[in-house]
Amino acid sequence: MRITVTVDGTKYTDEVEPRTLLVHHLRERLGKVGTVVGCDTSNCGACTVHLDGHSVKSCSVLAVQADGCEVTTVEGLARDGKLHPVQQAFHDNHALQCGFCTPGMIMQSIDLLADNPDPDEQAVREGLEGNLCRCTGYQNIVRAVRDAAQQMSPGAGPEAERIAENKHVGVGGD
Amino acid sequence: MTATIEPEVGKSRRRKEDERLITGRTRWTDNITLPGLLHMAVLRSPFAHAKIVSIDTSAAKSAPGVIAVYTAKDLDPDGSVGMPCAWPITPDMKAPRRPVLASDTVNFAGEGVAVVVARSSAEAHDALEEIDVEYDELPVVLDMEAAIADGAPLVHEDLGTNTSAVWKFDSAEAGTGGNVEDAISSSEVVLKRRFRQQRLVPAFMEPRACVVDPTSTQITMWSATQVPHILRVMSALTLGIPEHKLRVIAPDVGGGFGGKIGVLPEEMMSLLVAQKLGKPVKWNETRSETMLAAHHGRDQIQDITISATRDGQVTGLKVELLANLGAYNGLVGPGVPILGAFMFNAIYKIPAYHFACTNVYTTTTLTDAYRGAGRPEATFAIERIMDELAVELGMDPMELREKNWIKHEEFPFTTVCGLTYDSGNYEAATEKAKQLFDYDGLRAEQEKRRASKDKVQLGIGISTFTEMCGLAPSRVLGSLDYGAGGWEYASIRMLPTGKVEVTTGASAHGQGHETAWSQIVADQLGVAFEDVEILHGDTQSSHKGMDTYGSRSLVVGGIAVIKAAEKVIAKAKPIAAHLLECAEDDLEFAGGKFTVKGTGTSTTMGDVALAVFAAHNLPDGVEPSLDSDATFDPENFSFPHGTHLCAAEVDTETGRIKLRSYVCVDDVGVAVNPLIVEGQVHGGLAQGIAQALFEGTEHDESGTLTTGTFADYLLPSAADLPSFTTDRTETPSTTNPLGAKGVGEAGTIASTPAVVNAVIDAVRHFGVDDIEMPLTPMRVWHAIQHGTTDAGGPGRGEAGGGLGSIDATGGAQ
Repeated sequence: MRITVTVDGTKYTDEVEPRTLLVHHLRERLGKVGTVVGCDTSNCGACTVHLDGHSVKSCSVLAVQADGCEVTTVEGLARDGKLHPVQQAFHDNHALQCGFCTPGMIMQSIDLLADNPDPDEQAVREGLEGNLCRCTGYQNIVRAVRDAAQQMSPGAGPEAERIAENKHVGVGGD
Repeated sequence: MTATIEPEVGKSRRRKEDERLITGRTRWTDNITLPGLLHMAVLRSPFAHAKIVSIDTSAAKSAPGVIAVYTAKDLDPDGSVGMPCAWPITPDMKAPRRPVLASDTVNFAGEGVAVVVARSSAEAHDALEEIDVEYDELPVVLDMEAAIADGAPLVHEDLGTNTSAVWKFDSAEAGTGGNVEDAISSSEVVLKRRFRQQRLVPAFMEPRACVVDPTSTQITMWSATQVPHILRVMSALTLGIPEHKLRVIAPDVGGGFGGKIGVLPEEMMSLLVAQKLGKPVKWNETRSETMLAAHHGRDQIQDITISATRDGQVTGLKVELLANLGAYNGLVGPGVPILGAFMFNAIYKIPAYHFACTNVYTTTTLTDAYRGAGRPEATFAIERIMDELAVELGMDPMELREKNWIKHEEFPFTTVCGLTYDSGNYEAATEKAKQLFDYDGLRAEQEKRRASKDKVQLGIGISTFTEMCGLAPSRVLGSLDYGAGGWEYASIRMLPTGKVEVTTGASAHGQGHETAWSQIVADQLGVAFEDVEILHGDTQSSHKGMDTYGSRSLVVGGIAVIKAAEKVIAKAKPIAAHLLECAEDDLEFAGGKFTVKGTGTSTTMGDVALAVFAAHNLPDGVEPSLDSDATFDPENFSFPHGTHLCAAEVDTETGRIKLRSYVCVDDVGVAVNPLIVEGQVHGGLAQGIAQALFEGTEHDESGTLTTGTFADYLLPSAADLPSFTTDRTETPSTTNPLGAKGVGEAGTIASTPAVVNAVIDAVRHFGVDDIEMPLTPMRVWHAIQHGTTDAGGPGRGEAGGGLGSIDATGGAQ
């Protein structure tokens, strides 16, 4: 089947097998290897990307389902050489070790903050339930998401305003 | 060049590694692609034990996209290839050959029987379905005790036994302590308990993978491995590939926890297949394959006897283990319980000790190193039985520990195992932990809840621990029959512009070596943190090493970096003196500058590097190089320690456990980067808590793994874990110039018994003195309903009510 998907701002039109999963299309056809595969049961969340602004596990979406959609991966978050506040917060709070879960974790965190711009610890923990990390014990991830919430809150500066305005990076959703 | 003024060591530097990882610009093995790359998939046995009657690959060979299909006969026609085991623990250890692919029998569910090579991974996996294998089932051997009973079916007929080896240590024989039988027979109190260490999955997030490119004059192998250097040597020895014709690269590696320490049959298959086809080949496993075929950890039955005086002085400790190796020996699998042998006495002055371990083959996935490797198992047993002994004696469990532990002023202290603990301060760590935890307040609340028969009961769990890190002095490893040394290597290359390239043999997979090593080098050479680049995980750039496991990277590898830096300074000094036209003795080196004493005249390390590059004006006979390398072989292990305290709430009506607070104070010696240390502790805690509460593999009666995916095997999520309160005390190690002790395994080792002790403490008044891990709500509820009795006897299940039926059916979640 012929599909057209806009990934990180670039439009790609390809023939794909109907069974191809979005994550394999991204990785193998489009070279977007920043998004990774950690399991085959959609439990780990390592492959989380944004599909039209909402987080999805790209191993549970067929590439053909993304036809006509806009996909944002971890590779499309930084703008003008500046990290997304959630990326920056993960770095600042040592919220990663091996980093394999990190792309999915970051994408899920951004969606979580779009739904709840000021989550308490429990809300962050529950919001990240579908993303597994084996290194960090989650504590610093939780810290990072709450730190990012502060950085992105209204009035937190030009970066927050830019993120709020820019649906393309997946914040804001509907 | 900027001279560093503030010391880098001790700074919570944010990691250099992060940038590529948070932006997706990573090089995981599965990201690597090459022109003409083919994909390999492995057909795995669905049976735990079976004869292979026939394999028909003809349909698979003509499936779309398929290039080749191989069985054992094709890859290893004369059956000469055996997967390596580096740790034959006794001279008479029975060691079955582990083939790259099973040829006659399969000995665990998941063992490879054929490989398909196709143009795409999907086509390779499709074609697996077309291979027709006829099996003739053999009796399975799943239970360790049954495996060593008379008349048990044999995993390997030719060995004539399922016992691999029996390894013993006795303090009376070794001359390091008394006779344990005498201690037990003459002591006022003797307690015997049986503990089980359930089988765990290391569950690194990145599945295993490798890519082999044979198209150059040298074969290049990328692998998601913890041990690229060992992998290169072992590949050469196993397959006869000339070592200098093989380059192994561990690119970004998504976690290991010991689970990527093996040399894999799949790596050997990839090498063989790539050479046969003359084309690059990638193997990338699915998570379900990882769960089946990557090695598991733990899996011991521990019979522990402790003797003491009525007033709480421990007099003897006897440990009898059964360790499940699975179907074959892993690279270091047989030695894992031996690492634990030296840790059962933990932080205590135990005068008599006997240890015996029987390694057993069963028709299950093999076991090997998993975070802590032997030491978590040992710590669990001693910390659990200390709690039980305290109850027996009517003492506070903390008081019992304090009475028996090595006092601060008694260090260095040689233990009953013959290890010399160089430094430690158990009092300081414990005091700090108790304050952070509000130990007395929680004890008071516990009393109140018990008195009021609250349906939610509160328990307090203690775990005081030490471990041996910095694996390890080569001589010690030799005395334990381990096949390799424990040294580590580093080199420093001074670049003409004053920047520094450092190579290390310790290959990281998430620990932050690039950051910590840069901090060390910045201090040593007086260069900026940013001016240091750390190269690792490539046998070409960092050409020798012993890799990363056993919390050895910093305390062995980090010291090698310091030694190399000292040599750079020594090489630079005569050149600096020549440039400054002074005597060498008149120079002092600090902050990256050589300064003529008593004057302001100086030159920087960068200036010297540039002068060396130009080589126009060097002292006579001096080679134009500041490059240096060093190998560090430690004289002793290091011994981090800590006190972990856990408060657990148990809903007595549902068996549900909530960790209300978790406090730990770890002493890892000098912390090079406290931020990284804290992160390591957090992750370790999560893994240890997961052993206590969530994780455990299960097999059905046919040997099928019923916890074969992340849907069945409960890896905790953020919502399953609490936030931890962590702190540190700092008692520098005296066994290395940095004073560091290692931190990678501490959290995992200490937390499992802390949590289990807390839960038992919460429900002990229901007659509960043990619950098998993982402490699922059902098990806790059963224990509350029936209590537990006679934990020492083999018939524990029967007496333990519901637990018996759980065991008989292979456990229940």
